[in-house]
Amino acid sequence: MSTVTSAERAAPAGALSERRPLGDRVFQILALAAGLLVLVILVLIAESTSQQATSWFSSEGFSGIFSVAWNPAAGKFGAMAFVYGTVISSAIAVVLAVPVSVAIALLLTEVVSRRWARPIVYVIDLLAVVPSVVWGLWGILVFVPWLNGIYSSIGSGVKGTPVVGNLFGPQTSGASFFTAGIVLAFMITPIVTSLSREVIATVPAIDREGAYALGATRLEMIRGAVWPHSQGGIVGAVLLGLGRAMGETIAVALVIGSSAQITSHLLAPGDSMAAVIASEFGEASGVFRAGLIGLGVLLFVLTIFINILARSVVARSTRRARGA
Amino acid sequence: MAVTAEPKVDLREPASWRRTKNRIVTALMYFALVLVIVPLGFVLFTVISKGASIISGQFLTAAIPPQVLPGGIGGMGPAVVGTLEITGLATLMAVPLGVLGAVYLNEYGGRNLLARLIGFFSDVMTGVPSIVMGLFIYAIWVVHFGFSGLAGAFALACLMLPVVIRSSDEMLKLVPNALREGSYALGATRARVTLTVVLPTAIGGIVSGALLAVARAAGETAPLLFTILTVTATNTNVFSGANTSLPSQIFSNAILPYSGAQSRAWGAALTLIAIAFILMIVARVITARFTRLGR
Repeated sequence: MSTVTSAERAAPAGALSERRPLGDRVFQILALAAGLLVLVILVLIAESTSQQATSWFSSEGFSGIFSVAWNPAAGKFGAMAFVYGTVISSAIAVVLAVPVSVAIALLLTEVVSRRWARPIVYVIDLLAVVPSVVWGLWGILVFVPWLNGIYSSIGSGVKGTPVVGNLFGPQTSGASFFTAGIVLAFMITPIVTSLSREVIATVPAIDREGAYALGATRLEMIRGAVWPHSQGGIVGAVLLGLGRAMGETIAVALVIGSSAQITSHLLAPGDSMAAVIASEFGEASGVFRAGLIGLGVLLFVLTIFINILARSVVARSTRRARGA
Repeated sequence: MAVTAEPKVDLREPASWRRTKNRIVTALMYFALVLVIVPLGFVLFTVISKGASIISGQFLTAAIPPQVLPGGIGGMGPAVVGTLEITGLATLMAVPLGVLGAVYLNEYGGRNLLARLIGFFSDVMTGVPSIVMGLFIYAIWVVHFGFSGLAGAFALACLMLPVVIRSSDEMLKLVPNALREGSYALGATRARVTLTVVLPTAIGGIVSGALLAVARAAGETAPLLFTILTVTATNTNVFSGANTSLPSQIFSNAILPYSGAQSRAWGAALTLIAIAFILMIVARVITARFTRLGR
């Protein structure tokens, strides 16, 4: 507490010697407790949910959990179809959202004036305020019926074509992996945009001016000065978007089609880990319920891993940006 | 961060491929913006047009009717009550704790290992899926004490906590260190300086950050699914008994085939979006005032 280094917060001089008043010490303990609460909650999440899922782990065993078969009526609770759905739908979301988000971030920092950037940021933030369940409601009642026709004509159009036919071929349904991916893309665009914008804003003005002074066009300046500097941070932003997409529940539950299958057909119905927990928890009991909680544990581990990775990447790249 | 504009005086050769390419890419950036704004406008338009036709004073207060009945009958009263109760209680839990946590990070922790660890894991915790928070409260609370609005509020508070910590932390960082030094020089204790100088200086930003967290929490469905057990009756006692909320009702109505249930869902969606937008606008107004006063 009493060590004095140059950039440290100011501290009362009395901390070295006298006894501090009781109120002061109580306040410090309260603040510390509130801070520690974050760590306590994270540990408790892992502990309490795994405990509720033990009967799943013990009855299915390692091979049962990592099998494809999911059939509650027959007592089969394999998780892989849902892991597949989560990964595929969020991967589609990232592929769709990242180019758009990075382009908007560049537009906001490099092209439009500050006066216009502000209202655009407000509009992008509106996307984040629309609740997940409203995306889902719009998805199931408006978007899915509209996509039904489009998907089936795409499906019959590419039928028999080698790779494309396998990805977008028939067995189409408006509620599918791809629909979930599109809706997720809208939902993660605000966070990827705002993080990319923060990263791009750390590019020193002198780098930009230097590039322009050499006669670079805006595109060449972005490629030469902005991109090398912000690459790492944007990778972190993308990972955070991926983590968000994987954990998104209600919108996905309504538009993915609720069908536990592993297929290369992206326009076919599927299911994701978060979605199956939301839609089946009410009817589940015993090992079934433990299995759904177990899926939650897997999801927690997966998203925590991705978030730790993402935050480390972001932290490292901003540290490097400041140092440079 | 000022935009470095392209140079005004331009001695480069006109209409070269390089400059055409530059123009194409700029156009693509604007196109990306259109790609986002058009669907957003479409969603908002759908919710407003479908919701506005059913929403009224009666809709916001009347009981939820049997779902087979057409749209003109009944309303979402119990869900409005539930959302206000649960979100309000969650705010009362998460905001004070979050601000205290931020005070620890900023005023006490400084750059020690524990503070950096807590800061890092607050960021990580914002990424924990909301459904996992629901399962967590189910496992730790509902299994022992049953469904209640309180359990829902716990789940929402867990989601809000790291967001409030992070936004308050950013605001406390902006408080000029000279204010602290001046107060310590007068012999004030750390608690007194924090409570009477640092927090009042940052209060605008802290409140607007907290409002944004509330706006997000009010729309959450997943954490409430296993904690309040969506019912259709009004439950004014937030501490015991099953409860309901606007997002949970939208979720359960969306999968029903009845047009009345669906139009009530649109009405509830409009109510929810209106609540979130109002909170967001209030937050913006407070931020705008705060920054004008602060600089």
